[in-house]
Amino acid sequence: MSDRALRIGLPIVMLAIAVLVWHFVVQIFTLPPYVLPGPGLVATTLIADGNLLWNSLLVTLLTTFEGFLLAAVGGIGLAILFNQSRLVEYSFYPYAVILQVTPIVAIAPLLLIYLPQPLAVLVCAWIVAFFPVLANTTLGLSSVDHNLLALFDLYKASRWQVLWNLKLPSALPQILAGLRIAGGLSLIGAVVAEIAAGSAGAGSGLAYRIAESGYRLNIPRMFAALILLSLAGVAIFYALSAMSYLVLRRWHESALARER
Amino acid sequence: MPLPPSPVTERPAAGRPIVALRGVGKTFERGTVALEAFDLEVREGEFVSLLGPSGCGKSTALRIVAGLSTASKGLVEWPNGAGKIGFVFQEPTLMPWANIASNVQLPLKLANANEAASGTAVRQSLDRVGLTDFADAFPRELSGGMKMRASIARALVTEPQLLLMDEPFAALDEITRFKLNNDLLAVWYALRRTVIFVTHSVFESVYLSQRIVVMTPRPGHVFAEIAIDAPYPRDERFRTSAEYGGFCRQVAEALGKAMATGGAS
Repeated sequence: MSDRALRIGLPIVMLAIAVLVWHFVVQIFTLPPYVLPGPGLVATTLIADGNLLWNSLLVTLLTTFEGFLLAAVGGIGLAILFNQSRLVEYSFYPYAVILQVTPIVAIAPLLLIYLPQPLAVLVCAWIVAFFPVLANTTLGLSSVDHNLLALFDLYKASRWQVLWNLKLPSALPQILAGLRIAGGLSLIGAVVAEIAAGSAGAGSGLAYRIAESGYRLNIPRMFAALILLSLAGVAIFYALSAMSYLVLRRWHESALARER
Repeated sequence: MPLPPSPVTERPAAGRPIVALRGVGKTFERGTVALEAFDLEVREGEFVSLLGPSGCGKSTALRIVAGLSTASKGLVEWPNGAGKIGFVFQEPTLMPWANIASNVQLPLKLANANEAASGTAVRQSLDRVGLTDFADAFPRELSGGMKMRASIARALVTEPQLLLMDEPFAALDEITRFKLNNDLLAVWYALRRTVIFVTHSVFESVYLSQRIVVMTPRPGHVFAEIAIDAPYPRDERFRTSAEYGGFCRQVAEALGKAMATGGAS
């Protein structure tokens, strides 16, 4: 079998085995659905509640996407500022770190007090997603080949030319790696904030559905929503990986197959 | 009515000084003294090599000429004003994200040159180094020797007065190096640019240069200047001639003595 067939086939086989084991465990021990619903029940719930869950998914995805976009713009923008001015970097970098190391679960309730709920959720998504973009872009912008920098100096390139023609393209692999992490984190941020908002909020995101179903002991729906959330995460990851591949495929080692 | 200036160009040997380093010293921040009382005068159209062991400050001298590094002591003089400079690094130093044509075009782009005119210049420059068919290739698709050719094409694209080369062929295999030596000489002979070539190879410096400046180990200064009075164009016949062997012996002896004065390394 080819490597490609194995790479796609094996996870599918593993999934099938896991679902079967799950199914038989539920059957053999006759577990009630509020302890552990079987895969069949979860699937029917997914279809029966499809409309509701789909709309919730869209709400969460929209927040995730907005958070990601703001994180990308903010992270790259701030990294460029840091790179241009040491003073700005010294002034703000510690606070970016503080924002990052403080657990988002702890910040979310506070944000929910001061901001309307959709905005608070968005800010949470932004806070967690923004740091990897900042850190990676900063690293990328400062690891430019010194000889190329010397070459640009020799030809009296302006600051703008160095940034646009040298530093940004050179940092592209790191920027894209940062964005790939940020995509997943943005989803996590949105989910955390929705959960924190919980029943207090008027939200309708997917994580809110999970919290709500939990209060109602609607365990099958919790599972269905959870599956949708992971699928969304996987989709985000692969979309960003594909973007990274498309951008880098002509020149960067990470996007090229090794010849043996 | 006065006559127009004669179109006949001066013989390179009789060229005017283009750049001169007088008593140049360079001490790095950590206290390393790379150059001490270094004197060098380079004339228009000349091919000069700086020869010395690694760490003798020859690259530093080259970077000072290029303005990439500043002298701690002494003067850098440009009798006719500073002209355009081309620089070839030890590594090809190409932008991996841009194809060969864009890499070669870079100096023109940074000078905001006219797009059409720079297209012609890029093609010409690529032709000169034999890379015409590789304009659209990316650096990683080329061999080490071809990358170095691209790097030379980039340095030539602005038609610089002075071409500075910092051990450009040191990382290449011998066969490729010989080929590039010949091609470089052909380009130099055709264009009559001034070249300052840094190397640690006695054989390479003798083959290429009109004049070799032998440097002492750190702190580097000039130990001897040796003229290589062999006619151009030079080719494989010169490389295998007794005359070439004689020059190599003479230069190697000078280098040996220069090393002995340094003590360290």
